[in-house]
Amino acid sequence: MTAPATNTAELDRAACERIYELMLTTQLADDTAREEAKAGRLQAAFYPVRGLEAVCAALGEVLRPDDQLVSTYRNLGDALAKGMPLPLILAELYGRATGVSKGKGGAMHLHHTPTGFMTTTGIVGSGLPIAVGLGLGAQLDASDRVVVTTFGDGATSIGAAHEAMNLAALWKLPVLFLCQNNQWGEHTPIAEYAGSTDLANRAAAYGMTAHRVDGFDLFATLQCLRGAVEDIRAGHGPVFVEAMTYRLTGHTGTADFSYVPADELAAAMQRDPAPNFRSWLLQSAGWSEDDVRAVKERTEQAVRDAFTAAQESPLPGPEELYTDVFATDLVTWEDR
Amino acid sequence: MTLAPPAPGAETATEEMTAAVAMNSALDAAMAADDKVILLGEDIADPIGGVFKVTKGLSSKYGTHRVRATPISEQAIVGTAIGLSMAGYRPVAEIMFFDFITVAMDQIVNHAAKLRYMSGGVTPAPITVRTSVGGSRFGAQHSQSLEAWFMHTPGIKVVMPSNPIDAKGLLASCVFDDDPCLFIEHLNLAYSNKAAVPLGDYRVPLGKAAVLRPGRDLTLITYGPTTGLVSAAAETLAGEGIEAEVIDLRTLMPLDLETVFDSVTRTRRAIVVHEATQFLGPGAEIAAQITEQLFGELLGPVLRVGARFTPVPFSSGLTNFPTPDRILSAARSLVRP
Repeated sequence: MTAPATNTAELDRAACERIYELMLTTQLADDTAREEAKAGRLQAAFYPVRGLEAVCAALGEVLRPDDQLVSTYRNLGDALAKGMPLPLILAELYGRATGVSKGKGGAMHLHHTPTGFMTTTGIVGSGLPIAVGLGLGAQLDASDRVVVTTFGDGATSIGAAHEAMNLAALWKLPVLFLCQNNQWGEHTPIAEYAGSTDLANRAAAYGMTAHRVDGFDLFATLQCLRGAVEDIRAGHGPVFVEAMTYRLTGHTGTADFSYVPADELAAAMQRDPAPNFRSWLLQSAGWSEDDVRAVKERTEQAVRDAFTAAQESPLPGPEELYTDVFATDLVTWEDR
Repeated sequence: MTLAPPAPGAETATEEMTAAVAMNSALDAAMAADDKVILLGEDIADPIGGVFKVTKGLSSKYGTHRVRATPISEQAIVGTAIGLSMAGYRPVAEIMFFDFITVAMDQIVNHAAKLRYMSGGVTPAPITVRTSVGGSRFGAQHSQSLEAWFMHTPGIKVVMPSNPIDAKGLLASCVFDDDPCLFIEHLNLAYSNKAAVPLGDYRVPLGKAAVLRPGRDLTLITYGPTTGLVSAAAETLAGEGIEAEVIDLRTLMPLDLETVFDSVTRTRRAIVVHEATQFLGPGAEIAAQITEQLFGELLGPVLRVGARFTPVPFSSGLTNFPTPDRILSAARSLVRP
């Protein structure tokens, strides 16, 4: 089931600005984080999101603030889409006390309940059952909030993902399973690890609505996700969306990715979401060069400031080591 | 929410019941007190009411929206409980046999136990996972005592009662605790003995051991199913003029080392007894703690009596669990070397 693609969706000026700014912020922060990791200044396993900018921007547009999200280690775009402030994200990447998880989580573990960003997981595929639990909570609350879980194509090989989809379909839970299909499971191309590469088809077999959409096409993705979220909010049970993209960088911020076929990568780079949206703004939305430059300069400044603030923030003090292990700090026997 | 435990000294109505019925009573009281308590697990709804009947009658009383029979999906059961807890609920997940927890290990160890820390306190996962263990009649994949794995994991509490009264009081405490709790139910304990269990909301605090028998000559430290065995051994030893103090730990994390140290300071001899594998089992840490803290006081090495380093054998001709003879000979060798 492929959602119809359209480039004629009506987006008002404010929405265009939000979307462009989110895509640019994601791209710039991602590029900078990879540079920082390669230079050895960022001691973090950073998982780039390049290629997912349109999927994340579309998700941000269709979710309400009270909707909840369970993401993965490849989470920068998701976090920005849900409204998590970039300075909090970057400070966490650098392990600073001012980070969103006080520096205790790191790049793979962002949590921010005020924006509904509930958790991320570093274990591939294990966020899906947790999202099912949040969905059950929404159903028991008789709330119309939607719970989204994002994951890569590789996660659909994990047992937990299938257990979660079966349970969500069985109980008709308000969960959007958003597969950000970047065609690579770590360093293995999808055709080498999946007997059937039609992942949406697997979800359909569990008894839930499933769509496949071009994840480089902002408008198609926006339309698909909007419809999915409306369906879920109306109480029709879970929906699976497979957004087809391509990983534009290595698996991690420092990983070599020369194994990626050059022609595939070049073709995907032609569809790089933020530059393409910029072209659309100029050609079809009546924006001037000054308009796009203004957003770009504003975004670049914000990203630079956030990196500087993160780098200059203090590390957590030693007293933080034993806090948050349990609800009430327990005696630490090793230090008696 | 917080429920007040019965006031000290207050008359509390009791009823003779097995631990299985006592645990049912704890869940019933918790569900009555707080509609955020939700049960999840395979076969837990009526008419079967759980393969060990611990949840019998609860779905009829509270509805299948609160007592939710699940597919055979251990990862989904625990993961769903975690998500539910993030949504403000107090889920109690049943994993039928302790061995099956290996299937859900990722959700318990990587997620439930660590979420509070990894999020800087933002998204804790206060779930209770109930599971059963015990007896060799099910063979090696239905009988393992795996508590040391969880004690070794920062962030999760580990609880194992030895009698029906504690089974009720400790389970109620787990349900309303703000940390993830692993509650281990021994099958021999669950069905054989009855005791006068307080009705209504009854709590036993987590992290507090019970001194079951005072003694001056040595301290026998145990928990769960070997508590009965150890108490019987103490009786036998008393007949030989050896007065053993018996400590039932009740909670393995937090571990009540204060009570242990206080006892061993007086008796100057200690043996740790448990059904878990002795090698690298809970007793290894307890023995090391006693040795580090009280080395100068001890009259002999801290001994351990645990299961032999084998899978749990099926045949009644074989046993790897501690036997009365092993406990008695360890005690005699320590007191009268």
